[in-house]
Amino acid sequence: MVDESAGNEKRRLFRDTIRLLRKSLQPRLREFRFSLFLMRKSLLALIGLIIVIAMVLLAIFAPVLAPPRPNADPMQIPRDYELPKPPGAGGHLLGTGLLGADMYYGIIWGSRTSITISLFVVVTATVIGLFLGAVSGYYGGAIDEILMRVTDIFLSIPGLILAMAVAAVLTRSLENIMLALTVVWWPPYARLVRGQVLSVRESTFVEAARAVGAKRSRILFRHIVPNSLAPIIVNMTMDFGVVVLVAAGLSYIGFGAPAGSAEWGKMVSDGQEWFLSTTVYNGQEYNPWWMVTFPGLMIFVFVMGFNLLGDGLRDIMDPRLRR
Amino acid sequence: MLLGVSIFVFSLTRMAGDPAAAYNQSDRPLSEAARNAINERYHLNDPVYVQYFYWLEGVIGGDWGYSPTARLPVTEAIGKFFPATFELTMISILIAIVIGIALGTISAVRRDTPADHATRIMALSGVSLPVFWLGLMLQFIFGFSLKWLPLDGRYDTNLSLLAGNRIHEYTGFRLIDTILNGNWTMFGDAFLHIILPAITLSFGTIAIVTRIMRSSMLEVMNLDYVRTARSKGLPERLVIRKHARRNAMIPTTTVIGLSFGGLLSGAVLTESIFSWPGLGRWSASATLSNDWNAILGFTLLAAFIYVVVNLAVDVLYAYLDPRVRLE
Repeated sequence: MVDESAGNEKRRLFRDTIRLLRKSLQPRLREFRFSLFLMRKSLLALIGLIIVIAMVLLAIFAPVLAPPRPNADPMQIPRDYELPKPPGAGGHLLGTGLLGADMYYGIIWGSRTSITISLFVVVTATVIGLFLGAVSGYYGGAIDEILMRVTDIFLSIPGLILAMAVAAVLTRSLENIMLALTVVWWPPYARLVRGQVLSVRESTFVEAARAVGAKRSRILFRHIVPNSLAPIIVNMTMDFGVVVLVAAGLSYIGFGAPAGSAEWGKMVSDGQEWFLSTTVYNGQEYNPWWMVTFPGLMIFVFVMGFNLLGDGLRDIMDPRLRR
Repeated sequence: MLLGVSIFVFSLTRMAGDPAAAYNQSDRPLSEAARNAINERYHLNDPVYVQYFYWLEGVIGGDWGYSPTARLPVTEAIGKFFPATFELTMISILIAIVIGIALGTISAVRRDTPADHATRIMALSGVSLPVFWLGLMLQFIFGFSLKWLPLDGRYDTNLSLLAGNRIHEYTGFRLIDTILNGNWTMFGDAFLHIILPAITLSFGTIAIVTRIMRSSMLEVMNLDYVRTARSKGLPERLVIRKHARRNAMIPTTTVIGLSFGGLLSGAVLTESIFSWPGLGRWSASATLSNDWNAILGFTLLAAFIYVVVNLAVDVLYAYLDPRVRLE
């Protein structure tokens, strides 16, 4: 008897918790659905979303779309060491490039490289920026002054040039490109977060939390930071594209990806070597336009997708523009 | 702030091995004795912070070290390469201002029409286009296939030889020098050479200027004084030109000033593509061959330009916006 009532009690508690959970989630779910609805209304943002999803799918299914040779590094493009072939020739859908590297393979696997770079740089920069910016904005005083002067230093050198200087110190590899870009990318985030924190700090709900007696760190990371995320998310979305743009630029100059890597910027600079000359295939002469055109186009579409999405998100996430 | 930049970049470059090699002016590797002499002369055996002060003393006194890539001392190299970059940047920013402001105004005035959508898409693609790819495509289409414009370089070497190098360099700016010399053939040649790099470089800035111009125009168009201007019966053209656009120019000026940094970054890529003998190409080759003095030199220069431009923007701001002046 006693056991049974205890079981009932437990079950009721469980049911109540579920009900409570569902109830508390309901407004969030509604907002999420509303966001989707707004998204569907904005054609450009939708196109951006589709491009982004397509790129992610491309990266995930790369081994299926372009199977690598067995026992080979999949990030290296397979080559046949012949002259460049035009698109469609000899089973190469998009032709071949420098040393006969298969363009189609490079295009597909390049999406992996790009997504890895932007994911690492943007997430690391945001975490650093979020932490330093929040501390700087909330505590103020000497910490704030020092941190902001440090960001000043970083912001006064143009991004690509600073990244070049950092990359020059490190050895040439893709990982070091990511490091160099992170060094360039965190200061704007610290600035952005600090500004947000300063404006949210004075709002009534923060005062309420303070009145209840919450700890300073709890107020900062549970109340202030979550409420200043919207513009940061928008910025992150756009930066996913911009990081790839700058990384490709660095690769193009000669930093980063080693020769023959499936990296779009490197492919463009490889293609440049053949760009203004002619290749012969089946007795016919060609100007190898495809070597530069396709990887460059991929960079453009990739960056454009994230920019469109970010632009749309800005309108959707801004509470003043929302309704 | 410049001090901060110098400390940061200096420690960065000293982190990477062999600073003595940077002072090597020949192609052969350094002998042991020479290395010791260099270490002695440039105080490289001292701790890093002491080295920094020696270096800073040199920089202030005009000794920025020797750049093996340029085969010149850094200060002379900057003097040699700067005019080419400055010329290119100025032309690009001019293109960007004219086109950007025009497009931004049209886009805001005809809001939500096809013209507006087209402009917005163009502006977004402008910030998404890889500079180096755009440059290569333009080079391929207009330089290689159509042969309308020269492929690369700053001027035609044959033409320059025919003129017997009689062009006296007054300013280092090719476009101005050729006019001052009264040589119109060579002016035309220099003009044709600058078109493609300038368009390539300006594309991103056009996009940024268009965007900010559109949003600030939209904001201004709803303000009271624009309504007043309209209600007193001014023609729409005048309302836009004299009342709305002038005020919308204020935020746009700031953005144009800030985009200078982006232009310097873009110049690295653009100059590499078009073999433009400027700072950008030099800095790209210098970083690739670990030319530390050069790296230090142009990062400091970039930071210096940033500071100067910001100051100029502040002054311009006061000129454009009387409210700032009165405070």
